[in-house]
Amino acid sequence: MAVKDFLRERFFPHLWCPGCGHGTVLNGLVRAIEELGIRKSDIVMVSGIGCSSRISGYLDFHTLHTIHGRALAFATGVKMSRPKLNLIVPMGDGDALAIGGNHFIHACRRNIDITAIVMNNRIYGMTGGQYSPLSGYGAAATTAPYSNIDHTFDVVELSKAAGATFVARTTSYHPKEITKYIKKAIQHKGFSVVEIMSQCPTYFGRKNKIGGAVEMLEYMKDQTTPIDSKAKAENPDLIERGIFVEKELPEYCEEYEKVIERAKGGA
Amino acid sequence: MAKKKLKSHNINRDWCKGCGICVHFCPKKVLELDAEEKAVAGDTEACIVCRLCELRCPDLAIEIETETETE
Amino acid sequence: MTENIKFVQGNEACVEGALYAGLDFFAGYPITPSTEVAEQMSVQLPKIGGSFLQMEDEIASLCAIIGASLTGHKVMTATSGPGFSLMQEALGYAVMAEIPCVIVNVQRGGPSTGNPTHVAQGDVNQARWGTHGDHAIVALTASNHQDVFAVTVEAFNIAETYRTPVILLFDEVIGHMRERLVIPEPGEIPLVERLRTSVKEGVDYHPYLPREDGRLPMSDFGSVHRYNVTGLYHDMWGFPSDNPKIVHGLSRHLMDKIENNAHQIAMVKEYYLEDAEQILISYGASARSALHVVVSRRNRGEQLGLLELQTLWPFPAEIVRDRCRNARSVTVVEMNKGQILEQVKHAVEAPERVFLANRVDGVLINPTDIRNFLRVIQGRGI
Repeated sequence: MAVKDFLRERFFPHLWCPGCGHGTVLNGLVRAIEELGIRKSDIVMVSGIGCSSRISGYLDFHTLHTIHGRALAFATGVKMSRPKLNLIVPMGDGDALAIGGNHFIHACRRNIDITAIVMNNRIYGMTGGQYSPLSGYGAAATTAPYSNIDHTFDVVELSKAAGATFVARTTSYHPKEITKYIKKAIQHKGFSVVEIMSQCPTYFGRKNKIGGAVEMLEYMKDQTTPIDSKAKAENPDLIERGIFVEKELPEYCEEYEKVIERAKGGA
Repeated sequence: MAKKKLKSHNINRDWCKGCGICVHFCPKKVLELDAEEKAVAGDTEACIVCRLCELRCPDLAIEIETETETE
Repeated sequence: MTENIKFVQGNEACVEGALYAGLDFFAGYPITPSTEVAEQMSVQLPKIGGSFLQMEDEIASLCAIIGASLTGHKVMTATSGPGFSLMQEALGYAVMAEIPCVIVNVQRGGPSTGNPTHVAQGDVNQARWGTHGDHAIVALTASNHQDVFAVTVEAFNIAETYRTPVILLFDEVIGHMRERLVIPEPGEIPLVERLRTSVKEGVDYHPYLPREDGRLPMSDFGSVHRYNVTGLYHDMWGFPSDNPKIVHGLSRHLMDKIENNAHQIAMVKEYYLEDAEQILISYGASARSALHVVVSRRNRGEQLGLLELQTLWPFPAEIVRDRCRNARSVTVVEMNKGQILEQVKHAVEAPERVFLANRVDGVLINPTDIRNFLRVIQGRGI
């Protein structure tokens, strides 16, 4: 199948701004699914609210565009009721970790077989550039005109601590990694998190004087490095990319099957 | 092994928003923005089919078409 | 024939009704006084291969059951005041996306944490208007366990028929009181099953295009039709639209499918109304005390009757107007500051003859309370 076979082409060009990293995430995601050869009818994509969540409308899967922050809760219901389906939940940083933070950590903890993709552009784009829990100390935003005093979450560390059994990070500068990690995350049995640092040139780039999409991608190239690289040893401030967690633990739906067996009086 | 050779850069002008990512990061400076701020392939001879423009394009507007080189 | 008789709490009667209706997916979060619903579900559902989920909060609980409904399951959640408040946004989503689901609210005293272990009926208007925006809603209630069972089954039937969330508005007394329940035989109460599309694979399926009878056949998520579901205003394919014609059409459809069928959804019980000069209107636990007063006064020859409401929303205004036409007085017995009273006043021809007999201190309104109110209303001294 070609990339376009996965798209609802009548809605293109998409609504994202010129140079928005979310389009690159969509691009890499489609290629991951194409390479895995999963049937479109076996995929349910659940999204919340925000720029990121519009990704579901562009894809020819079963798509559930829900309410702000709750996509993982809806996805948990879909997965539990039909465990054979592949659940993919793309979320923005505010969607996943501010309003949806509680659902996020509990989905990690349950280790339910869902692939969460955090499209982290460090800003609320849809509402016009307010600071998110991922903006970071010192960032500028329309609600942080005197510089942000909120400290940021580290999505990888948070996911690890909450119990996700697959955790990876990359950026929209690294499209091959996007496809590679999403593929591995979908194949992983259990809750997987892929953080993709994505650029919002319209708000984050402009507000923080980084520049446009090109300059933001240069920034992501320069400020990230593979896990345990020499560069990291020399410059601890670099953000690491790669697979941070990949482990096997009992998956939630399979565990629930055992509950059913016990309830029915089996072993 | 048969080598893949560039046939064409198929650029969907309706989808391209002219962000310039493909132009800036093309290792061989094949692509450019035209007067309408749409990506076009200029020096196609220089293309090494790395496909980074296709993979990185946020508008999914670029498709690299190849053919098998027969030497 | 051996009858299947149980001695159970109202919350358990609700569970039995849900299982009878074909429920096989429940998600919830513990909260007094509804917790027994979740506890019983956790025991019963795995035995029939169904799913029980304890989620991280009430928001997630309603979201999870909406997801499960989309894959073709009959679903329910149960909560009480604070949890019901948290659910309001997702409730609106179920209204907008037309997802069949049942939400139980075993009422306690509010607002806020309020009076958690005591009875109240203060969430009537919240059930009607809790979520934002114009919408229609169905809310049912009951005053005894046999009826709790029956209206629970009916809630699932209505949810499937109209593709809508249905609220079961019980209260702490009904939820916790123990009473006899006879489980009906299979088939004794008719069940409405999910209406699925007959459109074949490869043919355009329109998830939001109503048939001539107004019903919208569904296609299970995971089967052959891939479509979009959203809380935004949407076209017949389920894709977002802000086209004024589409917005107006969908808004009307969401109201009309319930309001135009209010007569079908209306459920009441009538006691001695034929010749009643004074009428009590009540529902839930309050109706038990009201019925006691009516029966004892009838034994003394007084022409008192009771109209017990089982459907609260859409409010059965026509029935109320009709039954109250010849009454000298109408007294609404409820455990709030007059939430159904206002509806009755709007419905009847003589609102000046409508009075309130209520109690809002966490104690069940009892027959003596009602008699005292009647004495005042009848002008027999204070």
